Amino acid sequence: MAKTLFEKIWDEHVIYQEEGKPALLYVDRHYIHEVTSPQAFEGLRLAKRKVRRPELTFATMDHNIPTTSRLLPVSDQLAAVQIATLEKNCAEFGITLFDLSSPYNGIVHVIGPELGLTLPGLTIVCGDSHTSTHGAFGALAFGIGTSEVEHVLATQCVWVEKPKVMEVNISGSLSRGVSAKDLALYMIRKIGVSGGSGYAIEYRGDTVEGFNMDERMTLCNMSIEAGARCGLVAPDEKTITYLRGRRYAPKNNAFEEAAEYWRSLKTDQGASFDKTVKIDAHIVAPQVTWGTTPAMAVDVTDVVPHPDSFEDPVERKAVERALEYMGLKPGTPITEIKVDRVFIGSCTNARLSDLEAAAKVVKGRRVASGVRAMVVPGSQTVKREAEERGLAKIFREAGFEWRESGCSMCLGMNQDILAPGERCASTSNRNFEGRQGAGGRTHLVSPMMAAAAAIAGRFVDVREWSFE
Amino acid sequence: MHPFKTFTGLVAPLDRRDVDTDQIIPKQFLKLIERKGFGNYLFFNWRFDERGEPKADFVLNQSQYKKASILVTRSNFGCGSSREHAVWALLDYGIKTVIAESFADIFYSNAYKNGLLLITLKPDEIDTIMKRATEGTLYLTVDLEAQKVSEPSGLEYRFEIPKFIKDRLLEGLDDIGLTLKHESKIAEYEAKMKTARPWVIPAKPSPKKTSQSG
Repeated sequence: MAKTLFEKIWDEHVIYQEEGKPALLYVDRHYIHEVTSPQAFEGLRLAKRKVRRPELTFATMDHNIPTTSRLLPVSDQLAAVQIATLEKNCAEFGITLFDLSSPYNGIVHVIGPELGLTLPGLTIVCGDSHTSTHGAFGALAFGIGTSEVEHVLATQCVWVEKPKVMEVNISGSLSRGVSAKDLALYMIRKIGVSGGSGYAIEYRGDTVEGFNMDERMTLCNMSIEAGARCGLVAPDEKTITYLRGRRYAPKNNAFEEAAEYWRSLKTDQGASFDKTVKIDAHIVAPQVTWGTTPAMAVDVTDVVPHPDSFEDPVERKAVERALEYMGLKPGTPITEIKVDRVFIGSCTNARLSDLEAAAKVVKGRRVASGVRAMVVPGSQTVKREAEERGLAKIFREAGFEWRESGCSMCLGMNQDILAPGERCASTSNRNFEGRQGAGGRTHLVSPMMAAAAAIAGRFVDVREWSFE
Repeated sequence: MHPFKTFTGLVAPLDRRDVDTDQIIPKQFLKLIERKGFGNYLFFNWRFDERGEPKADFVLNQSQYKKASILVTRSNFGCGSSREHAVWALLDYGIKTVIAESFADIFYSNAYKNGLLLITLKPDEIDTIMKRATEGTLYLTVDLEAQKVSEPSGLEYRFEIPKFIKDRLLEGLDDIGLTLKHESKIAEYEAKMKTARPWVIPAKPSPKKTSQSG
């Protein structure tokens, strides 16, 4: 029978299932971090259980760590306790940890692929909703809660209800100045923040095939913002080339054998999807969110919408509330919205090619006066490479702060937060109320758009700018 | 986890859609390493102002709703971050059941694993309950066994719930214990995979560092 990519991976990993109940799925990779794991380890300890497969479990610290110098102790006492707790738990249970002194430390969804831990055909879970990112490699990857983290630690399995599968078919090329992030925001606008609930999304079409791995990761990363727990892209030669020689990837013959299998991981002709959404990439403009969900976005050339233009009374109320929180008046052109802060970072948009795209826009220009802009690389590896390639210098000379890696202002668990009322152009994934700091106002954009906003002090249509 | 028992509780109306887990429990409270004590921080940014004083306009700060154990809200409740702390905060506050048009996937599974019952009703039924809870004091009896929610007047709302979730909640079962009954199947799978797909086991790290990330 013809199968989708999702079904192929799913079927390979089902250990046990009863009719009408969730399946018991084997987990090939379990990534953990300091914030959603302490209670899971505590549960193991109380029940006197062990970690079943420590060699399939990898830990990093990313959510609450400072992005200032790593030579200094962590000043936030609660964060320091969480960090120490993870160190202790990993030592006690025999888990590899990329701690703050490791050259491989970074955001979990950046280092997994970077280290060759994330591979096609694997099941990957992590106590973080953006685990969908790893689907870019043709892996079945999704976020879980802390009870499930404990369950995976103890059993190397997870109970999951089989989702339906949605095809998002994207064709045509993106215009210069438009990126995978804009495409993701455009899709969320189109299907809504719960449009993907109950589904796994497979991204297909010539646009996706043309994307490099970083772009595919950005797209899969944002699946959860459309409500889909996982997003997938079929592995191809780009995937294989990316993985060859990575630190934990299979070596020599084992790699070639694996690659042979990976090439078979694609949706068969004639396989059917439960739903199909088609997107024409060439009509996608740079997107800017104006509200407090990622679906509240418009083209940069557009204006802040009027609540009255929404028919559904519940939606109208949500829009009114969002505009009040965001301090925006209906009808204001997006390009007249001034920003106080700019954040280039997160598991969505802090890989090397994201920083390269932003640096191209920044090169030879200066951050507008009154704007505080920062770049937080996705990992220490990205940071080193960006420094080697001269990107850090471009950002610094333009007036950007160049930080150590981490989740940073994407969720503001460390000191990197907005003050109440501050407005930020951010390459992260969530513009929820208070996400970047209580009272802070987040506008989600691409790295190029964020870079341009930093220079202009307001949103601009980066397509109109000249850059390399 | 305690078995879920039929109860009668006060309903608090939270008339919003897409309530994300960042609102249910803001990030500054995710730094604790225990499961308890999160109720004080439930809906923190909506409940308290910058000085930590209760905001009068928030539903749980209004005297008639303070003791609520049922929350009624709109669609896509619990979207966003996977933080289970959101469920712990609701339970710790005293919320035993959330009634909504729909729930986000990760939140949904986090909830039943902790004994929090999520009930999905139709939009018009939500409208009715929202209206009654807003205009007066509404108590509902939640009967999971019979899959119904009822008002003292006798008016009933029936709801669907997957049988396995219902059974789990009623029995208060521990997931890991359940799974370990299948231990031999897990071991069998692992043995099979070791030969069928040996590359799944992470390779011993190469001595040199990776040279590119893009």
